[in-house]
Amino acid sequence: MTSTVSRSGAVAADPMVPRTFTLLSTHADTRDTFTLELEPTDGVRLEFRAGQFTMLSAFGIGEVPISISGSPIEDGPLIHTIRSVGGVSNAIVTSAPGTQLGVRGPFGTSWDVTDAKGGDVVIITGGIGLAPLRPAILELLAERDQYNRVVLLYGARTPEDILFGDEMRKWADRLGMTVEVTVDNGPHGWKGRVGFVTQLISRASFDPAQTIALVCGPEVMMRASANELRQRGVPAGKIRLSMERNMKCGIGLCGHCQLREHFICADGPILTYEVLAPLMQKWEL
Amino acid sequence: MGTITEIKDYMPEHPFFKGLDPDLIEFLAGCARNVHFKEGEILFREGDKADTFYVIRKGRVAIQVHNPAGGGMIFDTADAGDVVGWTWLVPPYKWVFDASASEETSAVAFDGECLRGKCEADPAVGYALMNRVMLVMYDRLQAARMRLLDLYGTVGS
Ligand SMILES: Cc1cc2nc3c(=O)[nH]c(=O)nc-3n(C[C@H](O)[C@H](O)[C@H](O)COP(=O)(O)OP(=O)(O)OC[C@H]3O[C@@H](n4cnc5c(N)ncnc54)[C@H](O)[C@@H]3O)c2cc1C
Ligand code: FES
Repeated sequence: MTSTVSRSGAVAADPMVPRTFTLLSTHADTRDTFTLELEPTDGVRLEFRAGQFTMLSAFGIGEVPISISGSPIEDGPLIHTIRSVGGVSNAIVTSAPGTQLGVRGPFGTSWDVTDAKGGDVVIITGGIGLAPLRPAILELLAERDQYNRVVLLYGARTPEDILFGDEMRKWADRLGMTVEVTVDNGPHGWKGRVGFVTQLISRASFDPAQTIALVCGPEVMMRASANELRQRGVPAGKIRLSMERNMKCGIGLCGHCQLREHFICADGPILTYEVLAPLMQKWEL
Repeated sequence: MGTITEIKDYMPEHPFFKGLDPDLIEFLAGCARNVHFKEGEILFREGDKADTFYVIRKGRVAIQVHNPAGGGMIFDTADAGDVVGWTWLVPPYKWVFDASASEETSAVAFDGECLRGKCEADPAVGYALMNRVMLVMYDRLQAARMRLLDLYGTVGS
């Protein structure tokens, strides 16, 4: 096994070898999405930056990239919010408390919210995409007075699929965030908004010249959101998107996640629209 | 009920009319009246005569279809700054959906027949108005297409 010595003198483990974490609890957020709390068996907290992901494994079943959804600035367990879509994600969310899971990472680039200080932040997301943004939101709200307007525009399929509904209410009511939620369709009696999340962008209150936009969701939704933001005048270099590609190594070695010259695991997952715009319009990539 | 003066003062602030020639706004205001709906109140029902065009000032309107098997389904909402209804433009001028106020709602209601009359009498007015209606329809169509993709629902989408 290889290991490297960091400037602080600590020995960093081989990034290909998972650390073991014990599953403390699983909370059902929606019918298919679950938030898991994990504790490192060696007791060493996993430090990370908002937007980074880990390669999370159910031993003997498989490994998948999952963003960290907990706070990067508060102590506590490692938190992941996972939508059960297939073999590995389902095995992870149905693991019993006490199960040992493997964790490699954290990997990838971050939302880097601190350079938005003094300006506005607009967060546009849909479905499970809110989970990778939660650490950035917690970081922003912990220093709320450092930012001007903080706006969250969130879209879900139906009211039942809204993620972190209670927490969003708290962010809006107590922590100075403007939160607008819309669903693709609603049952009779639903009092909220119905429509696609991009429709919220034109009416949101922010200063395009002083705005950093953070966008996470299905790629078609991110492209439409970025185009709408551009129309409002937000520079492409100020629009950050979190990309998804199939991953294996997570550290820029295997090429599984390649998007032309970019390895999404190492150069991403968060990249600016300036970089991504020409790549997102190509069918073959 | 609001006066024509109040309505024509308000109209230029509404996104639908923003930037329109003030003379044109005054001309159109002649077809308008202020209306208010309580939470749950019906604006119109499927099959009713579509003789009104609503410009929402405050509140929220839910546009829905009635499904006897599964209750109603809301497929769109209109908030302050939005407009509701373009069926007044399309023969046979009958609503094809239901609309109700999700909360206390205020709107400016335009008489469809009056608007059609003005459009026919002066094609320049008709063209300016149709341009605005087209923009709204285009935005809603784009959003509907996106939702049709069921991006958050279908795994692998
Ligand atoms: C950087 C990064 C961060 C991620 N963060 C999260 C997160 O925080 N929470 C979360 O739930 N998921 C996240 N994902 C997605 C997650 O990695 C996949 O859902 C997972 O790999 C699916 O593996 P599986 O074995 O469960 O399903 P598979 O058996 O591999 O796939 C089952 C079905 O799901 C589809 N599928 C596979 N991957 C995806 C995907 N990424 N999006 C949509 N459909 C997919 C397949 O096409 C297939 O139809 C992230 C992905 C990346 C690249
Ligand atoms: S996953 Fe191997 S290079 Fe990105």
